[in-house]
Amino acid sequence: MLTSRRTVNITRRRFVVGAAAGVSGVAIGMQLPLSKVLASQQVPATEEINAWVVVHDDERVVIRVARSEMGQGTLTGLIQLVAEELECNWDNVSWEFPTPGQSLARGRPWGNFMTGGSRGIRSSHDYVREGGALARELLIAAAADNWSVPANECGARDGVITHHASGRTTTFGAVAAKAATLTPPDKVTLKDPKDWRIVGQPVARLDTAEKVTGKLRYGADLKLPGMLNAAIYACPVHGGKRASFDATTALTMPGVRKIVPVGDDAVAVVADTWWQAKQALDTVVISWDTGTNGRVDSAAIEAMLKEGLDADDVFIGHSRGDTAAKLANAQQRVTAEYSYPFQNHAPMEPMNATVLWTQERCEAWVPTQNGESALEALADAAGLFRDKCEVHKLILGGGFGRRAQHDFLVQATEIAKTIPGTPIKLLWSREEDQRRGVYHPITRCRLSASLNDEGLPEALHVRISGQSILHALRPALGAPQKDPAVFQALAPEGEHALVYSINNFLADHAMRNTHLRPWFWRGVNSNQNVFYLESFLDELAKQAGADPLDYRRRLLKDQPKALAVLERAAANAGWGRELPAGSGLGLALCRVFDSYVAACAEVSVVAGKLHMKKIWAATDPGYAVNPQQIEAQVSGSFVYGLSAALHGELTVKEGQVEQQNFNTYPSLKIAEMPAVETEVMPSGGFWGGVGEPTIAVAAPAVLNAVYAATGVRIRHLPVKDQALA
Amino acid sequence: MLTLVINGDNIEVDVDPATPLLWVLRDHLDMTGTKYGCGIAQCGACTIHLDGVATRCCVLPVSAAVGKAITTIEGLSDDGSHPVQQAWVELDTPQCGYCQPGMIMAAAALLSEIPHPTDADIDKRITNICRCGTFTRVRAGIHRAAAIHQVAAVTEAAAPFFEVKA
Repeated sequence: MLTSRRTVNITRRRFVVGAAAGVSGVAIGMQLPLSKVLASQQVPATEEINAWVVVHDDERVVIRVARSEMGQGTLTGLIQLVAEELECNWDNVSWEFPTPGQSLARGRPWGNFMTGGSRGIRSSHDYVREGGALARELLIAAAADNWSVPANECGARDGVITHHASGRTTTFGAVAAKAATLTPPDKVTLKDPKDWRIVGQPVARLDTAEKVTGKLRYGADLKLPGMLNAAIYACPVHGGKRASFDATTALTMPGVRKIVPVGDDAVAVVADTWWQAKQALDTVVISWDTGTNGRVDSAAIEAMLKEGLDADDVFIGHSRGDTAAKLANAQQRVTAEYSYPFQNHAPMEPMNATVLWTQERCEAWVPTQNGESALEALADAAGLFRDKCEVHKLILGGGFGRRAQHDFLVQATEIAKTIPGTPIKLLWSREEDQRRGVYHPITRCRLSASLNDEGLPEALHVRISGQSILHALRPALGAPQKDPAVFQALAPEGEHALVYSINNFLADHAMRNTHLRPWFWRGVNSNQNVFYLESFLDELAKQAGADPLDYRRRLLKDQPKALAVLERAAANAGWGRELPAGSGLGLALCRVFDSYVAACAEVSVVAGKLHMKKIWAATDPGYAVNPQQIEAQVSGSFVYGLSAALHGELTVKEGQVEQQNFNTYPSLKIAEMPAVETEVMPSGGFWGGVGEPTIAVAAPAVLNAVYAATGVRIRHLPVKDQALA
Repeated sequence: MLTLVINGDNIEVDVDPATPLLWVLRDHLDMTGTKYGCGIAQCGACTIHLDGVATRCCVLPVSAAVGKAITTIEGLSDDGSHPVQQAWVELDTPQCGYCQPGMIMAAAALLSEIPHPTDADIDKRITNICRCGTFTRVRAGIHRAAAIHQVAAVTEAAAPFFEVKA
């Protein structure tokens, strides 16, 4: 019944690679691509050089990665950073995830596990590189000691250590055992970026092979010995409670083991197979107490947001000059309202977690964006101390922010507690994933500008009315009424600063929350803010009779990096060229997550039907760790951003989300996908994120192009069936 | 007891005949390369070949698959050497990868029917959802797989006329 759980003794000296997975027949979070290793009968000796680097005596190097891999390629990028300083042979590199429990026991040597906000690389590049460099120094010191020469006369490259004066060489594997016994230096100098040989190269991802053969086990695919499967139905009205339920029929159905009321708002069925559990769950009659939330609909939410546009209870996120006075005395004033709907993350792998609970110990196998907070959630739900719990991270079948929330893990733990000693895999249906999402915040925006004699905005007021993610995130701390994160792309300074020079600028937020909780959704608040701002700038350019590119240029005199990506995208698209009737080019630009991104879209609208022909994108992330993966993120961001812009919308009726699957919540298909040409133009000197920024420019670039093609201005997303002619 | 032919093997399963083939594969046979994404044949993550035809098996009762040749991602090749898989590795197509077995099965079925598909063929036949947004490389990958397949076919045809050196 129980998995045979080997005790993993985590010491600095010896580390049994792969043992942390602890599941027979399932290599979790491990990749051993070298067939010679698999063929080997002898288990090679393994030495942990430091927390980041394990070296086998057969020269294989295992690099540990604390951040999660959900498709964004951070895994490979972080390994490149460690390997660069380590000077190992790239062909010998494999990887593993340290567990949050190991991290806790060892004093967090891997730092933060959180994977979100496009921070995977940019907030850990320094200490992971240092980890690689320190390991290299230890390996060199071991070799030098063997040769009785000073370490500073030796160097390492491609896993080989050389004593320059004598020409003697040895390998990492040969000195690993000794290196593991040495004390690392207090500090180490990192390479100058101009000397990088692995960082900056378009190396292939390290997690591809098993993804094309179907061999990679995602959380949804796990099968532990003796495991039972659970399906769940939680109150579709968030905040509602379970009043009563009747599972008489379900209990008689094949394979059903148990009906479990979960929390105060859900019912789960545990069965031999997931399909049996789901079939039985569908027969359970549940009555809910939905309270006032059950009377909320989209019209009521819209009315609330509209009221916020004129409200006085606002938080000012950015104010310079005297915007109110300039607008009041405006000679030429332009005003427009925009809106952005609820969106669901909808990763392809629905939410799931597998939990094994006993009175003494609890373990979970879970696709999570934050192993450490998963461990906390697990321990809380398990009723055990954290050192009696462990989380085994898995590669995620998509995250997009959703898997930084662990409601599904808590549910799985509560179910597992009712069946001690038996692993329980809880898998949500797609419908559950839609109904019980935490959604992209819904907001509405009014932009008001006064134009000077040159037609440029001398004042701009951006009033946002809508939800706050921080408010949802920190209910325990007392709901903040001030949410600075609302102002991404509009902020006075920092990673999300407004790029345009406008002397009188005011961005304020009327917080209007709903019973549907908002959450971080790939791109977060930059998505709607950049859509609002970049669309409205085109409106202003039109009013001023100016070319949209030239208009932006005049507002970007102080922002050479922003201007550079904009100019490049426009130039690559052939901005200004003659286009047939019904075709148009559209621009968008932003600086978010510390990167500069721009897009120029070419579209045609024929008989009211939109065809997105091509998008030229330009990205300056400062340093480009893996250009081909940046290109993949940029291209993919258009799919996520345009799925939302064109199709994605969750509406609310009687307190519930109406769109329960991909038939009513469609995602972009390949037939709609424009060609994408991406230019990665790292200017150096800073570290920007790449997983999210481009999403923000997707909608405004395309919809500005639609305007150029048709004269139709789309101000409310999604485009869906709005007339384009 | 039903007998299924999966990846060339006869396999007996004791299961409710109404169970979707997807869940027979996943729950009963532990063949988890075929993914659950939506359960209503919208996303294509569960795409397999049924007598060579790309089929979304989340809505296909297992009884309807009896007597037909079922090919899953596990059986597309023994070692990841199918031209589509080769092309996918070459181009680093997957991101999260969860939709990719279904995407690959859909692409492989397209190529077996139309060895050199046009972009319009791809638009018409590849309707799988990928939330990471790998479409640019999926399209390039299908064209690349067509080229790999052609080279392989030419090499095979030419083999008898050349001395093969070890």
